[in-house]
This record gives sequence, C-alpha cells and structure tokens, in this order.
Amino acid sequence: MSKKTWKEIDIASIINKPGSAKDFKTGDWRSQKPVWNEDKCKQCLICWVYCPDSAITVKDEKMTGINFDYCKGCGICAVECPFKAITMVEEKK
Amino acid sequence: MPTIKELTRTGDLFTSGHRACAGCGGTIILRLLMANAGKNTVVGAATGCMEVVSTIYPYTSWDVNFVHNAFENSAATVSGIETAYRALKKKGKIKKDIKFIAYGGDGGTFDIGLQSLSGAVERGHNMLYLCYNNGAYMNTGIQRSSATPFGAHTTTSPAGSKIKGKMQQRKDLTEIMIAHDMKYVAQATPHNWSDLSNKINKALALNGPAFINVLSPCPLGWGSDPAQSIQIAKLAVETLYWPVYEYENGKYKINIKPKKPKDIEEFLFVQNRFKHLKNEKELIDKIRKHLNEKWNELLNKEKCTN
Repeated sequence: MSKKTWKEIDIASIINKPGSAKDFKTGDWRSQKPVWNEDKCKQCLICWVYCPDSAITVKDEKMTGINFDYCKGCGICAVECPFKAITMVEEKK
Repeated sequence: MPTIKELTRTGDLFTSGHRACAGCGGTIILRLLMANAGKNTVVGAATGCMEVVSTIYPYTSWDVNFVHNAFENSAATVSGIETAYRALKKKGKIKKDIKFIAYGGDGGTFDIGLQSLSGAVERGHNMLYLCYNNGAYMNTGIQRSSATPFGAHTTTSPAGSKIKGKMQQRKDLTEIMIAHDMKYVAQATPHNWSDLSNKINKALALNGPAFINVLSPCPLGWGSDPAQSIQIAKLAVETLYWPVYEYENGKYKINIKPKKPKDIEEFLFVQNRFKHLKNEKELIDKIRKHLNEKWNELLNKEKCTN
C-alpha cells in the first residue's frame, strides 16, 4: 500500500477497504513451521477453529493446506489436531 | 448448534494479517465470534490488544463495519449506533436486520468500561458485549487489572521476596452483570468451541443486551507456551479456575462440570506469572480455598434457581 500524506488521508482516518489486513503478511514472524500430513487428516477442521491467524485454508468445507503468508508458527494446530496430522519443524530461512 | 463445516461457510470476517502475538487466545475468540455472527454485524471495540492488533492504519482485519472510540465507551458507542439503527428502521430507511456487538478486554470491561457497560445494559440495547479476559492490561505491558487473579505477577504487582504478586482476589464481573437482571449472561473459554458458539448464538438471538465473559489465554502476559494456549484454557476449566456456566432467564446452568477436578497447581505452574508461588503453600491454599468456595456457591445457585 502506497504511503499517503496527511492531506490525502480520509477524514477521521476511516479505512474504506474492509479486511485490508490481508495485504499485510505476518508469515516472516515464524521460527517453527507446521507440516500437514494429508494422509492422516480426517478433515475435522479443528485446526481451522483454533488457528489464531486464519492460516488454515478451507475450500468447500475441506482443509486444503496452510497459508504460510500468515502462519506465525504458534503450534496450536499441531497440539490440537486429534489425529496428529500436523507436526512442527524448524523453519529454514 | 452450528458445526465447524457450517462455520467455515461464513468465511473469515476477522481476517489474517493482524499483528497479534503467536498463539493469541483473543483472536481465536474473535474469529469464532464473527463466524457465528455473520456479515450483517456492526462491531465496536474498546481500546485493548484486540483493537490495536487488528486495526493498524491503513489496515483493518475487520470485514464488517467496525468502530473504535475510546477505552471506556465501547458499550456506549455501540448502544448509540443501535439506537440510530432502530430510529432509521422505524422510518423505513434501513430494511436489513443488523446485529450489534461490542467487545473489550478485561481492562476495558472490568475497570475502565464498567460504567458504560452497566448503562448500556440498564437501557436494554439489543447488543452483545463480549469480554475477552486475559487478566491484565497486556497491550500496554502487562499491568494489573481487577481481573488479574490472586498471586499473579504483573509489572505493577511484581513478585518479590515480601509481596508475592497481586494480593487481591479478582473481581467477579459475571456476577455483577447477573445482578443487572440481564436475560443472558455467560462465562466461556475458547477450548470448547461448540459451547462458546452456542453462547454467542443464544446471545445474538436475544432481543436485548447479553454479556459473555471469555477467558483468553495470553502467552505473552501469562508466560506460557504459545502452542499450549487452548490446553491451558482447558486446564482452567478442569481446575475450577474458570467455571463455564450461563445464566438464562433467571436460571443458572453450569455447562461443564469436571467429574474429578484437577488440582489448581496444574494450571498455575504452566504459566510463568505464578512461578514464584512454587514454594508458597499457604498462598496456594488460599487460592484453592477461594476457588472451591466460589465453585460451591455456583453449585448452590444452580440448585436454587432450577
């Protein structure tokens, strides 16, 4: 997003684009990385409920993967997955 | 009760890209809140972590109409919006059904925003107030609030050799809200998403004010492992630290009754904010006694009102 001067900012700093935080990537915060094992996954979507960063991508009620643009690597999904389908590994930069 | 699959259809109305810490419990609560509330919602926020991390200019994580005013008046702001909506609807200028939600942290609810919340509830606005309770002012650097539990270390109640953290018991805000004779008041944690979803839906379906107090694990302030956030919320319920119950139309209902409650030490010592209590048997006994008294009180209330 390009920088605006104070003269161009909307009155009262209203943000006219809802959900614009999607443009801000938080993936580089990560030191641990979740790895999804599709074979073990039973599509219970518990990881989707408990991901604080909405980084579990879901399409047509099925988990399709992890969005590493936003995943901060907290590891909640790996702890909560009832089928141990997600494991945490060291992030290589 | 919605299933997870149904919830995923709403899409993320609280989007990624917010700057909350890894493993934040508050964002899990807000995501669940918005998945249940849906698109036709207006949200107002008190100053606090969840306001600061989600709306850093020029970004916003909110895919619905969102207002932030000040620390003390999220309930007052949303009650004003709700009144304007009712007036416009009466005149036929708005046709849609819109839900109203105000939320705040424990600082913005227990301490600073209590008067505006009390006023909004007394006036009977059709809104849900959700408090994500992480037990201190985490956003400004972990200062004690009236929701901080006994014995917890914060930067303004530091644990030293003489004084072991905060020496006062936390305020029971849920009971204060029940004293307002509200139709719906509840306590919940994110570890049981279906219970929390149920409560959010019940509160939003109501024609009147509702209040939900949700325990929100905070890895930064509690000094806990980010990956364990949900497990700690679970421990809080199993050790009777955080009873999950609701008050509906004058009746108490305890939603989760641990068959064999775990000892409070299991909850305390997964967090660094209590680590100075390790050899303080007396203080732990005091916490245990207080929690047991509160739990028995609650059991009695359930018995009396049913």
